[in-house]
Amino acid sequence: MQPKDDVFSLCGKTVLVTGASSGIGRQAAVSCAERGAAVVVTARREEALRQTLGELPGEGHRLICADLTRPDEREALVGALPALDGVVHCAGVSTRTPCKLITEEHIRQVMDVNFTAQVLLQTALLKQKRLKSAASVVFLASRAAEYPSPGNAIYSASKGALVSYAKCLGLELAGRGIRVNCIRPGMVWTDLILGQGIDEAELREAQLKYPLKRFGTPADVANLIVYLLSDASAWMTGSSLDLSGGGEGILI
Amino acid sequence: MTLEEFITAFADLLDETDPAEIGAGTYFQELDEWSSLSNLSVIAFVKTEYGKSITVKEIRACETIEDLYNYVENAA
Repeated sequence: MQPKDDVFSLCGKTVLVTGASSGIGRQAAVSCAERGAAVVVTARREEALRQTLGELPGEGHRLICADLTRPDEREALVGALPALDGVVHCAGVSTRTPCKLITEEHIRQVMDVNFTAQVLLQTALLKQKRLKSAASVVFLASRAAEYPSPGNAIYSASKGALVSYAKCLGLELAGRGIRVNCIRPGMVWTDLILGQGIDEAELREAQLKYPLKRFGTPADVANLIVYLLSDASAWMTGSSLDLSGGGEGILI
Repeated sequence: MTLEEFITAFADLLDETDPAEIGAGTYFQELDEWSSLSNLSVIAFVKTEYGKSITVKEIRACETIEDLYNYVENAA
């Protein structure tokens, strides 16, 4: 039985999860709901997002479809939101392109989703006063921010930018008791790593190089997200946490 | 894209190999400079020029540049 004052619980909290149509975002929404939170899920793809909503246990959950790279859809989302105790920024894309072949369009595609849209969503949340005091904001960065991997330059740069931004945001919001932290996962089994042209068998072999002999699961990451949203992490802000099975970084 | 254009573009992806050595019958994976990064270059090139997504496994299944050209041209 859970004690009523369990600091690890999310009961009574309302949490927004972006990128909730797949991967870590979907699992984050499910795990938050399992811990008692009312979850607002958002993403571009409505059908996949509906599937996430259907997987959420408990009541009070909502779905709002939005392309966060579009200012009008971002504003509409924020305008429709209740006051929040937590925000989990999971929206992200990745494409592998060697530096020699990087184009302006490629930079824009990755940075728009992984950095610009998240920053501007956060701006809108603050301007429209959607964050309660003592709220917790979590950004999904990546070990790639520090660890090089061939073809991963723009993705790495976008995650590095996110980590730097989050530290400043945390400092600015600390006065209101709002906490901001980043998670930097290593390789996690999601469509994101399976969609880069690298064969699954090769990834299965590569994961053995991690000390814990496997890549992460979305649930591994979602458990840390739950912790960062809960009152158990009340003294934690401005942190950037590695979560990689003991591994240095992004393999392959 | 014609086979000739493909060969020229393929040679451009490489840095150390003399373009004169690159032809339809070249066993590209046996080139000295061929690496995992070369695979990523081909994937990015095919994505940009053809709007198609291919995998490392599919590239490895091709032997010559002409094989690769035919595979990419006919890929979904």
